[in-house]
Amino acid sequence: MATVPWGRWQARLWYWQRISAMVLAVCVVVHLATIVHAVRGGLGAGEILARTQGNWAFGLFYLVFVLAVAVHAPIGLARIVEEWLGWPTRASAPLAAVFAALLLGLGLRAAWAVFAA
Amino acid sequence: MTDVLKSDALEVSVWRGGAHGRFVTYPVPRQDSQTVLDVVTYIQRRLEPSLSYRFSCRVGMCGSCAMTVNGIARWTCRTHVSKVAEDGRLEIAPLSNLPVIKDLATDMREFFDKWARAKGQFHGTRTRHDDFEKVEPASPARVAANAGIECIGCGVCYASCDVVSWRPDYLGPAALNRAWTLANDVRDDAQRDRLAAVAGDAGCHACHTHGSCSERCPKQIEPTAGIAGLKLRSARAAMRGEI
Repeated sequence: MATVPWGRWQARLWYWQRISAMVLAVCVVVHLATIVHAVRGGLGAGEILARTQGNWAFGLFYLVFVLAVAVHAPIGLARIVEEWLGWPTRASAPLAAVFAALLLGLGLRAAWAVFAA
Repeated sequence: MTDVLKSDALEVSVWRGGAHGRFVTYPVPRQDSQTVLDVVTYIQRRLEPSLSYRFSCRVGMCGSCAMTVNGIARWTCRTHVSKVAEDGRLEIAPLSNLPVIKDLATDMREFFDKWARAKGQFHGTRTRHDDFEKVEPASPARVAANAGIECIGCGVCYASCDVVSWRPDYLGPAALNRAWTLANDVRDDAQRDRLAAVAGDAGCHACHTHGSCSERCPKQIEPTAGIAGLKLRSARAAMRGEI
């Protein structure tokens, strides 16, 4: 990693943020449509779990969703603290890494909870 | 054009001093077809001989008279008073995002140094002994280069850019526009170095596509479009490990 030029690294992050944005555009629409569809007959824990437990399509979809979020949001957060709070990259990069780990951990835990519970 | 002025005298606030100066108000007689540069020149010649400002051609060719007029960066020589003076008032300040030397004159060294950092120099391979390169005028690359080639380096886009104010190391719209014209010049052989120079957070990838540069450019150039082209081209090169 240390041998990768910083500009190349930043350009790659930009690229990955754009790609993850495209994935999120689809995921968010599917996610919202599912919510609208699912709550039509009322909402209950049993009903949700009946739909999600052992459902591989659901599991894979939210795995992709969580990965895209964990890539997209931390890069944006780093830009915000750099431009609005004046943080140097040496401070914004660790913050973004911690935030990415947090989103990934919480997101996967949540998806796993309703898939495997 | 609607003449918004009713009175015969203008009330003109002009920035005096360096970074920590203040606005001083001068009364200036209103005249037909008066430009903002005419107003500044009147003040210097009749009211305040120590007023510092920069101009040369007076006809929109040299790019040296840009200032902030009522909050917006403009060429003063091509801005009619009747177009911008609301209620007979003008506020004239130096360009934003550049250090103030004195009064209305800014230090543009950093602005032009960034052109150099963006590899804004043409790097050809042919000598006088070689034949001319044949460049098809209608080719997509040449059309893209032509779209940005008329920049005269006035600094209006740079002064209007929010990202420059947030990230002082950001190369800015003018330098990146220059890089984009060269990135589309088939005679130039420094493409990889140039893409490496403009990639990243001090370069094209910091642009938020606000479009202030394109909105304010007196030459109707669209640096935003060129920067978008650089983003894509340099990100692809970065993903391939070429830069």
